[in-house]
Amino acid sequence: MNELVWIFISALLVNNFVLAYFLGLCPFLGVSGRLDTSFRLGLATTFVLVITALCAWFLNTYILIHAPYLRLISFIVVIASTVQFIEMAIKKLSPALFKALGIFLPLITTNCAILGLAIFATNRGYDLVEGLIFALGAGAGFTLAMVLMAGLREETELSDVPALMQGTALNLIIAGILSMAFMGFAGLFSST
Amino acid sequence: METDKNLDAYQEFVKGLWRDNPVFVQVLGMCPMLAVTNSAINALVMGGATLFVLIGSSFLVASLKKWIPKQVRISLYIIIIATFVTVADYSLLALMPGVHKELGAFIPLIVANCMILGRQEAFASRHGVRFAVLDAAGMALGFTLALFALGSVREILGNGSLFNIPLFGDTFEPWVIMILPPGGFITLGLILLVFNWAAVRKQRFMQQVAEAERETL
Repeated sequence: MNELVWIFISALLVNNFVLAYFLGLCPFLGVSGRLDTSFRLGLATTFVLVITALCAWFLNTYILIHAPYLRLISFIVVIASTVQFIEMAIKKLSPALFKALGIFLPLITTNCAILGLAIFATNRGYDLVEGLIFALGAGAGFTLAMVLMAGLREETELSDVPALMQGTALNLIIAGILSMAFMGFAGLFSST
Repeated sequence: METDKNLDAYQEFVKGLWRDNPVFVQVLGMCPMLAVTNSAINALVMGGATLFVLIGSSFLVASLKKWIPKQVRISLYIIIIATFVTVADYSLLALMPGVHKELGAFIPLIVANCMILGRQEAFASRHGVRFAVLDAAGMALGFTLALFALGSVREILGNGSLFNIPLFGDTFEPWVIMILPPGGFITLGLILLVFNWAAVRKQRFMQQVAEAERETL
């Protein structure tokens, strides 16, 4: 049990996917302009992460033992088709949610956090439960980083920023400061 | 290929290095960019792997484009890219096990580098093989250049060395933050700032030239 809590907290705060591993930076810098959309994108990504963890575990256990060199290709194909499938399912079951997510849903395929999660989980040899907890923690961490970033960006829009700083340069420096703050969480586990 | 006639081979190669630099101008491919640039050698190996993957897949996509159906093209591009990444991953493991271990999961993650998929969709699938390879080489070299710039700045400041050769002697206190994640974000932010500044200056200069021309007329 302790082990599972550790995996969750580690993926959520200490080794945050966005701020410590630089995974999923494209949506992090691209669509973090508004608070509500970033939150929704975070939830959708978490959902895909959990499904991917499930698929990655299944592939690793039953198929890839026989052909480890196909790992990358099969992961990427599974992720792309999962996202496609989820897109169709949501469209059928809940058109309102589908409309709210809009373009972000297909974009999740090119989010390197998803593939990164599958590869990390494989490299660390997580079993099914550990993998799912890891995916939940990573998704929650991604959502947290997105929401924090969106909040900060909404603030900077209201303030008088020098014209040179505007845009990606400012966002990257804000992300750097956020990342520095998150490094403080590394102390959480040094005593245990 | 009617569109290829008005392309200049040299221009197609050079544009990726500076004017359309994938990192500094288009801000693409950020994930591997920031994660592996804590030392110059890691940055160069990552750049080399990207070069191989991008040239290989651009070549293949440009030669196969007549047989690739429109509806499934993105999935096919991704499978082609993933194949080359697998080759690069296993070759690095065999040739440079040390660096491969340090780069870890970020070699397979080249697949998710949106810059590579972007070149297939925007260029290789619409032009001949020769231009596709030239464009890929230019873009990948521009990417490597950016990786190397970021990696050497971070290694010099964060470790006091370049390619593991100490530069400053014993009295230098390394800025550890530079080789940690925050240093990556902040260094890239500052480099982009310099690029913005250069762009604004150039624009102002062009305006002055235009005004001066108008006055002389």
